[in-house]
Amino acid sequence: MDSIYLISTGAVLDSFAQIRLKAYKRLLQMHFESGVGHIGGNLSSLDTLLVLYHQVLQKDDLFILSKGHSAGALYVALWSLGRLTEGDLKSFHGEKTLVSGHPAPKWSSDILFATGSLGHGFSLAAGVVLAKKLKKEPGRVFCLMSDGEWQEGSNWEALIFSVKKELGPLALVIDWNGLQGFGRTQDIGGLDPFAEKLRALGMPVEEMDGHDPIALEKALNRPYPALRTLIAHTHKGRGVSFMQDKMEWHYKPLTEPLYRQALEEIEKLQGGAS
Amino acid sequence: MRVELCDALVRHCVDPKFVFLTGDLGFMALEPLQEKAGGRFINAGVAEQNMVGVAAGLASQGLSPWLYSIAPFIYARPFEQIRNDVCLHDLPVKLIGNGGGYAYGVMGATHHALEDYGVLLTLPNLRAFVPAFGADIPAVVEKLMGFAHPAYLRLGRDEKPKSLEPPPYSQWRKVTEGRGAAVVAVGPIAGALWTALLELVDEEKRPNLWVLSELPVAPGEMPEALLGDIAHSGHLAVVEEHVAHGGAGEMLARNLLLKGLPPKRFSHFHAQGYLSGYYGSQLFHRQESNLAPAQILKALE
Repeated sequence: MDSIYLISTGAVLDSFAQIRLKAYKRLLQMHFESGVGHIGGNLSSLDTLLVLYHQVLQKDDLFILSKGHSAGALYVALWSLGRLTEGDLKSFHGEKTLVSGHPAPKWSSDILFATGSLGHGFSLAAGVVLAKKLKKEPGRVFCLMSDGEWQEGSNWEALIFSVKKELGPLALVIDWNGLQGFGRTQDIGGLDPFAEKLRALGMPVEEMDGHDPIALEKALNRPYPALRTLIAHTHKGRGVSFMQDKMEWHYKPLTEPLYRQALEEIEKLQGGAS
Repeated sequence: MRVELCDALVRHCVDPKFVFLTGDLGFMALEPLQEKAGGRFINAGVAEQNMVGVAAGLASQGLSPWLYSIAPFIYARPFEQIRNDVCLHDLPVKLIGNGGGYAYGVMGATHHALEDYGVLLTLPNLRAFVPAFGADIPAVVEKLMGFAHPAYLRLGRDEKPKSLEPPPYSQWRKVTEGRGAAVVAVGPIAGALWTALLELVDEEKRPNLWVLSELPVAPGEMPEALLGDIAHSGHLAVVEEHVAHGGAGEMLARNLLLKGLPPKRFSHFHAQGYLSGYYGSQLFHRQESNLAPAQILKALE
């Protein structure tokens, strides 16, 4: 990537690749220091969030994190733009913090809704984009969901509603990492062939490598169709050998040796800038 | 009360913030609103979880959504959406539940709302409105239009005495005077009780009937005149078509304890579910729960 963006850490102009490397390392640090799990699903969604915040979201656009357990990746993405401070991240999962394990309500204009219970974000996003339509206001709405989340019936209600009401511009991004809390998503929910199911209900679907920033940026910024779903194929624990595609890293916290190893691997994978 | 509701909303639907969503209910009642509100009348289908989530999204962007369904479908089915999406964010979403208590009668238990405001009042920021009379509806709608918090509007059937007009809408209204117990009745059942009291000529026995239409009631929201009636008679009776747990009876009794003003006698007339296991009209279920006016008056003696 050759785009240039401002990153808060050091207030220098960094390339997206550098932003990305710093964000990955900061996310690992945050989870290590707080001793908190959910790192796997944060690593799988971090690229989407970074691309969204650095290359997609404009003044009138709104974002809703439906997979609230990826709050860490959201916080780091906001930190990479200077919208959260180092102190905020240090307080992650602490006492008297606003930076809780799942996003808290009513404290940041960047976090529209408290989420964490799955199956809420799509309907919220539908309401937000419907409001824009009724008020004739500009702007796009993006919603990041998990794959396991589609076992919640409320999403299918939202799907029927959004298609029938021809809502948009609304792009759902599904962080398709294939693993959920207690097993493989396909074994538990049996959603495949998922894209065909969505299409059968009238939802256009596009699939891409969810760790390819160029593919993500192109898909997210594409204006049509107004209502669409992007299935971002990702890896839980992406970039860290002992985590990647391992179900237990949905919840597991990092020990110090593993944290050091993870940092080294991320540095090696992304250090050369992609 | 549906007709009055529709009329009132028709008057307000020109407000640019107004949006109405129904869970596929309102046939033969809400058509005038549908016609007047146009694109702001949305049939969200039989999908209440989504409807409440969408409403939270609308409200987050400054709109004022009104949601309509049969009562249990609007408070029980989408409870988590009400809790997380609406109440945690203190959004001005109006949930209209038609058929409070046993109002849907022999339609069956799934259509009854016996624990609606009790359950909802456990949530932050929400206020429940239980109008007693059809004439209350325009004032309640007017109030809700400007209400900046989550609200639940429990609709029932107007049961006021045919020959009388109720006092203007407010949280508390006193409709009968006497030297008997202080009786607080929540919502429409107050009308049935009021009608029965008109035949009670003995002032010594006639209760002071208070109509309560908004919950929760903070200790400071109990009128001095009501406290006077309770002190004078030594007896507070609470009547509600709602289960005891989480209802107005518990709330008012707690308030009096907190104020250090416990009544000598406390009676609570409330919904008791389905004691016989049989189903029938609203009156059938009220009678099973000792909520019919004659039963209440006898018990108060």
